[in-house]
Formats: sequence, structure tokens, C-alpha cells
Amino acid sequence: MSKKLFVSFLLLTFFYFAKGQNGTVGEKVYKTKCLVCHQADGGGVPNLNAPLDGATNVVGNDIARLVKIIRYGYNERIALDGFYYSNAMPANADLTSTQIAAVLTYIRKSWSNQAAEVTVAQVQKHLKKK
Amino acid sequence: MKKQLQLIVFGCLLGVSIAHAQENAGLKLPAGFKAQLFAENIGQARHIAITQSGVLFAKLNYPNKEGKSIIRLEDKNKDGVAENITGWANYGGTGIYVRGDNLYASSDDAVYQYKLDANDEVLNASSPNTIIQGLLSRRQHASKSITLDPKGNIYVNIGAYSNACQEKDRTPGSKGMLPCPILDSAGGIWKFDGLKTNQTYIDGKRYATGLRNVIGLDWNTTSNSLFVTQHGRDQLNSFFPALYTNEQNAELPGETMYEVKEGDDCGWPYVYYDPIQHKKIISPEYGGDGKKVGGDNALDPLVAFPAHMAPMSLLFYKGDQFPAKYKDGAFIAFHGSWNRAPLPQEGYFVAFVPFKNGKPSGDWEIFANGFSGLPADTKVANPRNAKARPCGLAESADGALYVSDDSKGAIFKITFNK
Repeated sequence: MSKKLFVSFLLLTFFYFAKGQNGTVGEKVYKTKCLVCHQADGGGVPNLNAPLDGATNVVGNDIARLVKIIRYGYNERIALDGFYYSNAMPANADLTSTQIAAVLTYIRKSWSNQAAEVTVAQVQKHLKKK
Repeated sequence: MKKQLQLIVFGCLLGVSIAHAQENAGLKLPAGFKAQLFAENIGQARHIAITQSGVLFAKLNYPNKEGKSIIRLEDKNKDGVAENITGWANYGGTGIYVRGDNLYASSDDAVYQYKLDANDEVLNASSPNTIIQGLLSRRQHASKSITLDPKGNIYVNIGAYSNACQEKDRTPGSKGMLPCPILDSAGGIWKFDGLKTNQTYIDGKRYATGLRNVIGLDWNTTSNSLFVTQHGRDQLNSFFPALYTNEQNAELPGETMYEVKEGDDCGWPYVYYDPIQHKKIISPEYGGDGKKVGGDNALDPLVAFPAHMAPMSLLFYKGDQFPAKYKDGAFIAFHGSWNRAPLPQEGYFVAFVPFKNGKPSGDWEIFANGFSGLPADTKVANPRNAKARPCGLAESADGALYVSDDSKGAIFKITFNK
């Protein structure tokens, strides 16, 4: 009994650290750029910072809009799923197309989200059109 | 058998703790205090005000499902629970204040005045007097909190529509603007005549400046002066990772309480208050490095609370129902933080600061906790996990304290049994 527990503890510890150290590009970008406002659970902050988990825009098909919000920021009243969020989203001029694709894919597949991945080609296409 | 016994004991303990939690509406309070759920699910209840006869008014952040944004709650049978709940008005906002038969309520750009009849029913629900209009409202920090002094002047917070007055708000590397152009029309407290109609900036006066965002403010009748609580700036670590760690950002800057007199400056955006060094530190957007002190002409806070907890209401307790130590002291409702992430959040409670002769006379303490609905000693990880977020405070004529929650709209009533 205790042996089984010990083994599962070891395994859990291994997976925990393996994940922590090798976290995907998307996860790393999320943690450094997005987490502080959108929170670890993607839940955002009521009335201030929009949620990403379960947000219709985030899991929707308008990839161009998502790409542009990350690259150029968003400084209008954010209306989402019946609520409003007041804080401005800053631009991210320093993120590469690969990083934008990775973080969007991470966001669209994390928490309760189960949307399709976003490819580097899609990001490049939408950024060219401006 | 032993296991069964353990289970039974555990079950009993669990049952007792749940029953106990329900008894005080889930709140943890000092000995002798009781809490009741005065109302729930009324909508995002921001500030609250209560009349002499005990009718409570709540200002909603948005109109509720019925399209009402000022909610009137009355507990006719005096059982501690409001059973007569009505409402009117269709604009969202935060501020509400009652004096005599005048009820003031704010949207994010105006302050209105309603008349109440002898039963504290509104007389002019659809035609209030517009006291102030045209105040800046640019989403961020748009709430207009209000309070009155004994002479009938009204003080309005006009929050800065910015985090740190950067050229580009909340953008790494963007410099702080010098001078900060926001301060001529926001980032401070403005004073107006509480009875004159249709006032705007030109009719009022910038009473105090250098305040990023004040949501909690109250007039102290002992010192005969205005006290305010400021929401300190965010994201020192996100924008200046070379200067601030995540751990430092979680503790900087302090959430501050000031006593402000006409013409006072509290330092935003040029400096912030470091509660560990006990100094005003130059903001990194203005050349600071986390150590350089500044703000020689700016006020020092009277109290500095832990960072990012978001003080939403300030109330000086005037009643005699609570024990003597609470008399004239300050209650502060803390909404609870988000900018301590990735560290656990703080706040989500009502704090108390004892006062003597109009000055703080001791350390602050947690008065009412447990609003988050999480087990004792469990910190909120993400703001949306909190069941309730304290926002408004009001004291009834008999000395009960009411606390509103702007998450789902609960109103807690806290009493003390002698």
C-alpha cells in the first residue's frame, strides 16, 4: 500500500518537474506575458481583465482578431459574454509569429478550452494584412 | 470499528463547522459578533448607504436583470434579512450616499440627487437633479466614489485612467509622462457644492491630487477632515523585471490611507510608497531603481496595508453597539488582489484601524474574513474563485455594520451582542 503510494508520489514529482522545466513555448509566453492579468486559471479578473477560459472570442474562429489583439493591443471597452472589462491590453511588439501562434494555441487548449491550434502561417497571414 | 468511530467524529466536526459557517453567513468574526445574510444575488453591489430608519440603498455596477441599478432594501420585520427589495435607475456606477432626504448616486461620469419621502421611498426616480456631470470616464478607474462634509460639500474621486502615467499605458519600456497630463482632470479628489445642479469641472475644485484611484473615502468628524484610501500601482515586476522580483511586486507598493486637506498631493505617478522601507520611492517609469527616494512635497500615508488588496470603502464607525475600541475607528473593505499573481492573492476581508483624536492609534487588523468562501487559511489563487468580494460599507443608526459584495451581490449585516 505505502509502496504504491511512494511510487505514485515519485511519478507525480517527476511529471511535475518535467512539465515545469520543459513547459511548451506557449506556456512560457503565457506565464511571462499574460498570467499576471489573465491569471493562472485563465479566469481573468472580474470587471478589469477579460477571462480567456471559456471566452467565446478566444475559442471562436476569428483568429485574425486574436492575433491582432496580442500584437497591437486593445484599448477599447471590452465587451465579452455579457460583461465589460476596463483595463487596456498592451501591445506585444517583441513577440515573434512563432510565439504568438504558440501562446494562442496554449490558451485555446488550456483549462476548459478545446479549440483548434493556431499555426505560424495563420499568424503571419493576419499580421501582413494589418 | 476504530475507523468507523473516526469517520463519525470527523463527520460531526464537519457538520459542526458547516453549521457554524452558516450561522455567521460564512464569515469569521471577533468573539461576540454575528453576521447575517441581509440579501443575496441583488447584482454587483458597489457602495451602500443607509437611512436613519434603516432602509439600505445599494448602487450596482451594472443594471440587474430587471434593468435597475439603485436597489432599495428594507427589513420591515426586523429579522436581519431584507424582504422588501425594489429598485430604479438604469445606469451603472459605484457611489451612493444618503443625508436626510437627499440620496446621491453616481454613474461613471455624473452625480445625481434623489429626494426621499417620509418612508424613504424615492420621489423622483426618473427625474433626479444632476449635481455634477461631464466627469472623465475612460474605463480604467472610472468609478466615482462620493462623500459629503458636514457643510454639504461633496467630494468625488476621479481616478486616473492609467496605471503609472506611461506614454503607453501598461506597456513595458514606455516612459512616464512629465508632467503627467492626466492630473489636471483626474488622479485626485474634486470638491463640489452638494446642492447646486449641473456643475462640472469649472464649478468644482481639485481638492487633492496625486491619487491614482480612490474608491474608499469618508469624512472624519473628529478631525473634521477627509480621509481616503488609494489603490497603488500595479505590475512593477512585469515592466521592470531587472528591478523587481515577483515576490517584491507582491508586496509593493503599500495600499495607503491618507488624511487630505485642500491642495495636498499624494505623489502618484512620480512616487509610490514602499511599506518595507517606509519610504516614498521614485517610480521606475520616472527613473527610479527601487531605492531612490522622492516626493518631498507629497504626503506620507497614515497607514500602509499590504499591496494590491484594493481598498473599496472606508467608514468611520460612530455607533455604540460595537465594543469601545471600535468607536471612531476605521473599517476598510478590501476587494482582494489580483496583481500578486503568480503568488497567492490577499485581501477579500474587512479590516479595522483603531483611531484616537482623529489619528490612527494602533496597528490594523482583520475584522471580518471568509468572504471568499474558501476554507480558513486558504488563500484565493485566482480572483474568480472568490465567492464574495467586499466592496461597500454602511453603518445603521443602531450601530450595525453592513458589507456589500460586488461579485454576485450579497449584503452582510454584522452585529454585536452585549
